[in-house]
Amino acid sequence: MSTIYILWLRQLKRYFRSKSRIVGSLGQPLLFLLAFGFGFGQVYQKAGGGNYITFLAPGIVAMGIIFTALFSGIEIIWDRQFGFLKETLVAPVSRLKIMLGRTLGGATVASFQGLLVLLLAMAVGFRPQNIAFLPLALVFMLLISLLFTALGTAIASLLSDMQGFQLIMNFLIMPLVFLSGAFSPLDGLPKALTAITVVNPLSYGVDGLCHTLIGVSHFGLLTDFMVLSVVTVAILIVGSYLFSKIQI
Amino acid sequence: MFMENEKINNNIIEVQGLTKKFSDFVAVDNISFSVDEGEIFAFLGPNGAGKTTTIKILTTILQPTSGKIFINGSDPRTEQNDVRRAFGIVFQDPSLDDELTALENMEFHGVLYKVPKEMRQKRIEELLKYVELWDRRNELVKKFSGGMKRRLEVARGLIHHPKILFLDEPTLGLDPQTRNHIWNYIKGLNQTEKMTVFLTTHYMEEADKIAQRIAVIDHGKIVAMGTSAQLKEKTKTNSLEEAFLALTGNIMREEEANSTDRLRMMRRMRH
Repeated sequence: MSTIYILWLRQLKRYFRSKSRIVGSLGQPLLFLLAFGFGFGQVYQKAGGGNYITFLAPGIVAMGIIFTALFSGIEIIWDRQFGFLKETLVAPVSRLKIMLGRTLGGATVASFQGLLVLLLAMAVGFRPQNIAFLPLALVFMLLISLLFTALGTAIASLLSDMQGFQLIMNFLIMPLVFLSGAFSPLDGLPKALTAITVVNPLSYGVDGLCHTLIGVSHFGLLTDFMVLSVVTVAILIVGSYLFSKIQI
Repeated sequence: MFMENEKINNNIIEVQGLTKKFSDFVAVDNISFSVDEGEIFAFLGPNGAGKTTTIKILTTILQPTSGKIFINGSDPRTEQNDVRRAFGIVFQDPSLDDELTALENMEFHGVLYKVPKEMRQKRIEELLKYVELWDRRNELVKKFSGGMKRRLEVARGLIHHPKILFLDEPTLGLDPQTRNHIWNYIKGLNQTEKMTVFLTTHYMEEADKIAQRIAVIDHGKIVAMGTSAQLKEKTKTNSLEEAFLALTGNIMREEEANSTDRLRMMRRMRH
């Protein structure tokens, strides 16, 4: 327990100490919210979609989370390069605990970041449909955070330096976000795209947030929850295996 | 915990025919040696001779290609946690968390090694005072100079009073006063707690003064092993440095810049 706690604590300390990182990672969601929200708002409303900011907010929250979560996981590469990883890897504790502590820490941080984005969205006019669903929305934020922190950890365990990093940014994060229903409804897409959105775990996260924040759902709340949980557990298992195989 | 599986002979480190290959390159080439419990043993060798690779294998973070190894009676390949409980290490490269304070780095280590709270606090205070960092314990490590970081790393490696202490060029970049100071502390632990010390260094006079036995390693092979006096006698030289040069030649060794160096550049540009 103490091992998991101290690693969790470390992630939190690092996060809250780098104020520039917190502010910096709020910039992108804010930009998307303003540029898309007001840019497409008129068109969306004329097409009969209703208020676009309202539709957009859950997706932007999910986007804020996935960025922070994946980066938290990928921090392992930095730790490896700057040596701190060695300190944890030679300690007489199981690597599973190390991986769990880090992942829980990263997920806590990412959820907090999601909460900040939600507040930001509320500041530009977003209102959750039903306050009573907010705790459930938090559960979904935590699930998305866990899933993608674990994914980041798994990927980082395979990479020995930052060479592959840009690749991940461009070919993982952006497609995951754009093909998740974060910015546009999932209904009526061409078959090929539908297939991608169905296997994209973030779709279920966005959908869960949509349901809990604005009362609209594509897959249904139970499906969202089940898919996210199963995928999270699967990635945690794969991630801990890969993490346990790290050599320096 | 590790007191139970006491071995029959008192070789706390036993290495037989250890080889490590990185694709075509043989970093460690069929080396064998053993270290007695309570001994101070030094590995000397030019850059790229295989010192750090050997330490990495002995400390479970790198898998050997072949050979037998026993650390405190356990195999680093299969009984990793038993081995990890038995040693402490000061790495050649920095391994502190820059975003944490000195005290937090120490705490982190103490908790990971399950040192009970009261003992942990007592030892941390004692060690930080010893390396003269107690007054700056609440400062972030990234503000520390290279020498201060080095002192902190040495202090951290001693919190759990390991049975074996691995030191990979621990005093690199430290002034003679500090080096002397740190070695005195380590020697003290070596005597009072029978702590075995396995070190690598480039400072010949340091090895001469501290190590009871020395192995000279070059191109992945052990070229000579014995006391400082035996090495001098064997090479018919007057100092360990001359003996070392006689054994390893005068050619300077190059190490390739690795990705870490490149990354450090990147980070410097970002911040």
